[in-house]
Amino acid sequence: MAWLDTVVQGVLLGGLYALFATGLSLIFGVMRLVNLAHGDFSILAAFLAVVAVGASGLNPLLSLVVVAPLMAVLGYGLQWLVLDRLLGRGVLPAVLVTFGFSVIIQNGLLETFSADSRRLNPGGIETASLPLGGGLAVGWFPLLTFVVAVALLGGLQLLIGRTAIGRAFRATSDDGGTAALMGIDTRRVHGLAMALSLAIVAVAGIFLGIRTTFTFSSGPDRLLFAFEAVIIGGLGSLWGTLVGGVILGVAQTVGAKLSPGWGVLAGHLVFLAVLLLRPAGLFAPSRRVDT
Amino acid sequence: MKPLEIQRTTTASRVGAALAALLMAALVALPWVGDAGMMRMAVEFTALLVLAQMWNLLAGYAGLISIGQQAYVGLGGYALIVLADDLGVNPFVAVPLAGLVAAAFALPTATVVFRFRGGYFAVGTWAVAEVYRLLAANTDALGRGTGRTLKAVFPLARETRELGTYALALGVGLAALAAVYVYLRSRQGLGLMAVRDSEPASESLGVDVFRTKLLVYVMVAFGTGTTGALIYLNLLRISPDAAFSINWTAYTIFIVVIGGLGTLEGPIVGTVVFFLLRETLADHGAWYMILLGALAVVAMLRFPQGLWGLVAERWDIRFFPVQRRVRITK
Repeated sequence: MAWLDTVVQGVLLGGLYALFATGLSLIFGVMRLVNLAHGDFSILAAFLAVVAVGASGLNPLLSLVVVAPLMAVLGYGLQWLVLDRLLGRGVLPAVLVTFGFSVIIQNGLLETFSADSRRLNPGGIETASLPLGGGLAVGWFPLLTFVVAVALLGGLQLLIGRTAIGRAFRATSDDGGTAALMGIDTRRVHGLAMALSLAIVAVAGIFLGIRTTFTFSSGPDRLLFAFEAVIIGGLGSLWGTLVGGVILGVAQTVGAKLSPGWGVLAGHLVFLAVLLLRPAGLFAPSRRVDT
Repeated sequence: MKPLEIQRTTTASRVGAALAALLMAALVALPWVGDAGMMRMAVEFTALLVLAQMWNLLAGYAGLISIGQQAYVGLGGYALIVLADDLGVNPFVAVPLAGLVAAAFALPTATVVFRFRGGYFAVGTWAVAEVYRLLAANTDALGRGTGRTLKAVFPLARETRELGTYALALGVGLAALAAVYVYLRSRQGLGLMAVRDSEPASESLGVDVFRTKLLVYVMVAFGTGTTGALIYLNLLRISPDAAFSINWTAYTIFIVVIGGLGTLEGPIVGTVVFFLLRETLADHGAWYMILLGALAVVAMLRFPQGLWGLVAERWDIRFFPVQRRVRITK
């Protein structure tokens, strides 16, 4: 029963990783941009929530109403002012600039909020659990995280598949030049994709901050977990990302149960194993994905 | 047909050679005229310069944007301690051997990370470096999370150790610079630059793209691992979090981007700027990193060729010419 419990915890943790991974995967899909500061943006959002909660006494979950739009605006601005100028100049400039963002955000957070670890307190839900019988119980909060992840992925799929902006995302992804010829403002599309990516990662950051403590330097690990979930699931597959997150989450909780120091390492090793056995990931669409 | 000549040296490169010889003489004299603090700093300077040259070779020439070179700094550092303390190898001899150990790890690592391209190569190398950090932190023989201390140098007098480390650093720095220069001017180096400019085109002209990149990746791991060992011969105390810290790669990237990517002079200029800034802003740890990050972002936007690139473009100076120029002689 203890093992079943561990696996269930891992599956729910996977929901959180899928939240981190979705934003990363989205901007890679639309403009082949790999954002090395992705994890740091989530931690920035969590610190913004700390400020919002401190200033207004809002519940951290409600602070999303403020923080997510703020992060979206930041994403649109950064894309418009900086990142869009680098696309089309090869991979290197964008990668190095987002790495620069990562270092700037981390040290900015260190300077502003000190090295103390923080946690967001939503007032009880984080410790409440739902008994499933047989000694098995799941926390309400991990369950909520998983449901939100599934809902967000479903919403994103509808957005990409059914709306005009989604069509613009897909067209820009397939061929930015032709999309522009057809009257799509690709610069705006890039900005919106980045805005959406950072809004989703804000949700992920705040859920992370409620689930566990975080510091200014918690970002890079989130980037790596997000990246691993994307690769395990297969590039370009939305639901594959969820499965990738779940596999990573289960690997981590099972690894941690075997030996406390092995949680994160076990996740990395499962990722490497999938990479060696199925380089395209488990659910990669048959469409060729250029990198 | 007009007579043509392939030019491979420049006036600047002859002046540069003379300047380099003078600088070398000054560096060799340093132990007699400078104090231990200056020598320690010279070792640090050399270490960062070699790390920068190595990363520049990867990213600036081979197009392999690695964010995981700290893996080889850490592997080199740990290899030094295992070789010197556990296997009884002379610690100074162990430094280049540690580089070989790092290179040996680079081969299987390459089979994993070479599956990624472009931006995902960057994240993939970072993930693999984390694997090495966590493995070191979970291995009893390596002192787990607390790490280990290099004990093999304890019997040596402090002056002997400092002088030996300094001489070794000088040798490593010079060898690295010479190796990169000779390699880039060689047939292999020409192939590498062709790969950088266009993979399909160079492949069609008979360059083996995969082998060329793999060779560079392993050579760079050797250089980086040797430097890692040198760093920990200087510091004596190693821990997984410090040895496999992303900061090694962050410093390196900022040095190369600010100095000038894809030139041999760029990393030298970058390392000098890095040290000048560090000495001025020593009391403002976080702000120093913010400034470096911002400088790198601005450099990428405004002068992607780096500081040295601005100079080289303006006055057409190349101290280390690796290109071939066709001149019409008549």
